[in-house]
Amino acid sequence: MNVLSSLVVVLALILVVYLGVDKAGLTALFGTVLPYVAIVLFLGGFIYRILYWAKSPVPFRIPTTCGQQKTLPWIKPNNFDNPHNGFGVFVRMVLEVLFFRSLFRNTRTQIVKDGPKVGYASNYWLWFLAIAFHWAFLIVFVRHLRFFTEPIPEWILGLQAVDGFIEYGVPVFYITSVLLVVGVAGLLVRRLFSSQLRYISLLNDYFPLFLILGIALTGVLLRHYVKTDIVSVKEMTMGLISFSPVNPEGVHVMFYIHFFLVTCLFAYFPFSKLMHLGGVFLSPTRNLANNNREVRHINPWNPKVKLHSYAEYEDDFRDKMVAAGIPVDKE
Amino acid sequence: MYDGGKIITGLIIFLALVTFPLWYTAASGDASYTPDPETPAQGNCIESKEYMNAWHMDMLDDWRDAVVRDANRVYVATDGKEHEMSLTMTCMNCHDDKEKFCDRCHTYLGVTPYCWDCHVVPNQQGRR
Amino acid sequence: MADPKPDTMDYYKHDEVLDIDYTPPSENWMDIKYDPAFYERRAGSWIYTTKKQHIEYLGMPNPHDWSPTDEDWGLPDNWKEIIFNGIRERLDKYRSFKIFMDCCVRCGACADKCHFYIGGGDPKNMPVLRAELLRSIYRNDFTMAGKILGRLVGGRKLTINVIKEWFYYFYQCTECRRCSVFCPYGIDTAEVTMMGRELLHLLGLGVNWIMQPVASCYRTGNHLGILPHGLKDTLEFFAEDIEDVTGIEVDIPINQKGADILFATPSGDFLAEPGTFTCMGYMMLFHELKERYGLTYTWSTYCSEAGNFGLFTSKEAMKRLNAKIYTEAKRLGVKWIIGGECGHMWRVLHQYMDTLNGEIKEGWKEAEEPKSPITGTVFENAKSTKMIHITEFTSDLIKHGKLKLDPSRNDHLNVTFHDSCNPARAMGIFEEPRYVIKNVCKNFHDMPPNTIREQTFCCGGGAGLGTDENMEMRLRGGLPRGNAVKYVHDKHGVNKLACMCAIDRATLTTVCEYWAPEVDVTGIHELVGNAMVMKGEKEQRTKDLRLDPLPGFEDAEDDDV
Repeated sequence: MNVLSSLVVVLALILVVYLGVDKAGLTALFGTVLPYVAIVLFLGGFIYRILYWAKSPVPFRIPTTCGQQKTLPWIKPNNFDNPHNGFGVFVRMVLEVLFFRSLFRNTRTQIVKDGPKVGYASNYWLWFLAIAFHWAFLIVFVRHLRFFTEPIPEWILGLQAVDGFIEYGVPVFYITSVLLVVGVAGLLVRRLFSSQLRYISLLNDYFPLFLILGIALTGVLLRHYVKTDIVSVKEMTMGLISFSPVNPEGVHVMFYIHFFLVTCLFAYFPFSKLMHLGGVFLSPTRNLANNNREVRHINPWNPKVKLHSYAEYEDDFRDKMVAAGIPVDKE
Repeated sequence: MYDGGKIITGLIIFLALVTFPLWYTAASGDASYTPDPETPAQGNCIESKEYMNAWHMDMLDDWRDAVVRDANRVYVATDGKEHEMSLTMTCMNCHDDKEKFCDRCHTYLGVTPYCWDCHVVPNQQGRR
Repeated sequence: MADPKPDTMDYYKHDEVLDIDYTPPSENWMDIKYDPAFYERRAGSWIYTTKKQHIEYLGMPNPHDWSPTDEDWGLPDNWKEIIFNGIRERLDKYRSFKIFMDCCVRCGACADKCHFYIGGGDPKNMPVLRAELLRSIYRNDFTMAGKILGRLVGGRKLTINVIKEWFYYFYQCTECRRCSVFCPYGIDTAEVTMMGRELLHLLGLGVNWIMQPVASCYRTGNHLGILPHGLKDTLEFFAEDIEDVTGIEVDIPINQKGADILFATPSGDFLAEPGTFTCMGYMMLFHELKERYGLTYTWSTYCSEAGNFGLFTSKEAMKRLNAKIYTEAKRLGVKWIIGGECGHMWRVLHQYMDTLNGEIKEGWKEAEEPKSPITGTVFENAKSTKMIHITEFTSDLIKHGKLKLDPSRNDHLNVTFHDSCNPARAMGIFEEPRYVIKNVCKNFHDMPPNTIREQTFCCGGGAGLGTDENMEMRLRGGLPRGNAVKYVHDKHGVNKLACMCAIDRATLTTVCEYWAPEVDVTGIHELVGNAMVMKGEKEQRTKDLRLDPLPGFEDAEDDDV
């Protein structure tokens, strides 16, 4: 149900832009107006969401410690999985954000009937698909800066060269094109074929996958199979970023489909789970040093509570304490 | 604890990164540049301009395979005319200046074709 | 023999417990009903509700007697408003809550990491779905997409059924944080469960096995409600047994002003075996240190509990119970504090105490950065809290050769070590206990790597779930741990499971009896007490602290008894 509705939504988006551009000729709407709206929503929504999070304090220092703490000098602490200083936190965050350290730990638990035994197998699939998808998407995104910069910086050309080093086909196939499609499709297949995952998955989970898959596939089509005049395309994108938009004739509708899906992704981003891009940096179980007993953490709303003082306690039990020979403050 | 300073710093770095094209282009001042490949004053290309715009790289790739693997050197165009499959002899016979023709769009779009890994760029007179 | 009841182990046949079906039901999880019939059917997997008197005593909202098997749960009329306000307040107070509500991508990495899910197969025990129970309400009423699209984007309306579902599942999470290790955003279900329980408490819904200890602890200083003279009797009783074993009369300093160290431990160690033997181990250790090195310590009746069931209740309750530690340290004028072997207690002491009650330290004139006067070691890691873990202290003593040990007395033992959830994942104390154990026992084998250290499994009874009426969940939740124990028993002949947690010592006894019957449970300082050669002790011990004959050391003297 959620799967189908997500797919339908994405297909509907494609239909809308197809009809809008190919039949109604609304190139200015899809080429200029909506992209501007999307980027405003993206930037505004992103800032809003981060500030919304930042407004709430981190009342307690609650890192999840995944290695030996720092205590006695002869016990080697694990500063990257259980950081005790800023440097450790930095490395932990780098490992988490860039290499998905936590997902790398993933295991698969099974009940082995004849035994009975609970077995644990390493399970790198999720990590592999996730890392392939995220890194490929990032590189693809950065590669596209060739359409948004003039002159194109050397490092983008360098990145293209590395990405296309297998030099297969003309224009060359990029490795990241393949990895992106494989990653997204793999994550989708995984979600569809595991009954547990299907049970927990929402429209909000399938929709971005279909959307990004749509973006990736239309992108591959545009590069290799349904070509258009990309000089015109770049004139258009450069017009957008220099705030003097143009909508040249003769750009293939496939480009508008690709472009509109990206527009949708940007607009959708801040209002969805995709904000984990920002959230991962703010997770208090990861971004704090486990130096709790060394440095006091201040809670701005430390609750005021009624306490049972020692004097009250002694009043309650003085007779018994005296009878048992336990020292008391007031005889 | 809010760590407001760190969050704002992070946010600014993020915004600086995602708006890179804006300020980069503003700094370069070349946003309105459009490439202007010099085309021969007269005559028609072997296929339509639109087709060549989108597909010339595939055509050259096909030509190379046909020539090198099958020793087939004849290209029959849509209008029925025959042409020799040769980048340097056919294409560059008219488009005789790589810098003023090929490179203008390629540089604009960040395309680095590997034609010239093997081919020698014909001299500006266009004849070897 | 009468038929066993759901609160006894015998009620549960191994085959039936192990017949776990991980296939989720066809019914959408939002549509499942938690009516009285459900709760009646599920006896053995939920905990009796708080008696009115305890809620009243603590001054918490809506005290009333009720049962989940009632149709009417006795909620105040404006219960919805209370919950919404409660969620709003907590969103404003906790960044963690906002992040954990917003960032989950439902990747499912956490799904099979929960011991209750592994042992039970109920999809709502997948950490991701447990969080969705709350997240669906958040989405529906606190996010724009949810307000507009509702169920389409995973939102649902707050109904009485939701509250009834929460009560079931937020008391089926032991706040062990294993899922948080595997989550790519570090989403911590313990944090979500804490929020869920706090919200339920706003409606007067809690469980007696937590709230009675909270009330007792507030009044008497410890969860069990042991009164001052009772504590003294208990310790004297332990001292008699120690004398029986060692020939030494250990002293029992209670509420002694001017002692060097305040010692605080979970009160479970005063009451139930095998924790009592660990308590004897502490007494022997401190006596020995006084005799050899002149270090003095004291127990406290006011602070006769360092564990804190407030952690399972609310931040306010936690603060109220925790305050007595610094209060008492200041009153007695000790230099610093040692905490005994306990799990959740160390989460409170390590991650919450200083933040909640650090102000109390002001005016504590004698306070020093913890420094062992015996070895000269400064515990810089406890510079601010002034409280160190007993195994940090003991391992340092052993490293410097300050204790005379005869590990051969433990030769009949083949030991493995259970990392307790909180010291593992909210502190990271892995090597200290292992170092102590390895120095007092020659035979030590760790369990498989996926079941220890940061990946350790809960005993199944943490966070206030370790009561007999919850037997089915305890046995199911105990399966991964029990199975790992069985594994090292079969492979290495392990017959002793050491742990440093009072709840573990109580619940793992059951878990082992059910899943690994040849293995029994011990605290670390029981092993230390047995191995330690005390100054002036009788020539040859013939019994261990349990008063069982020491294999290889039995002699004729045994007949005297």
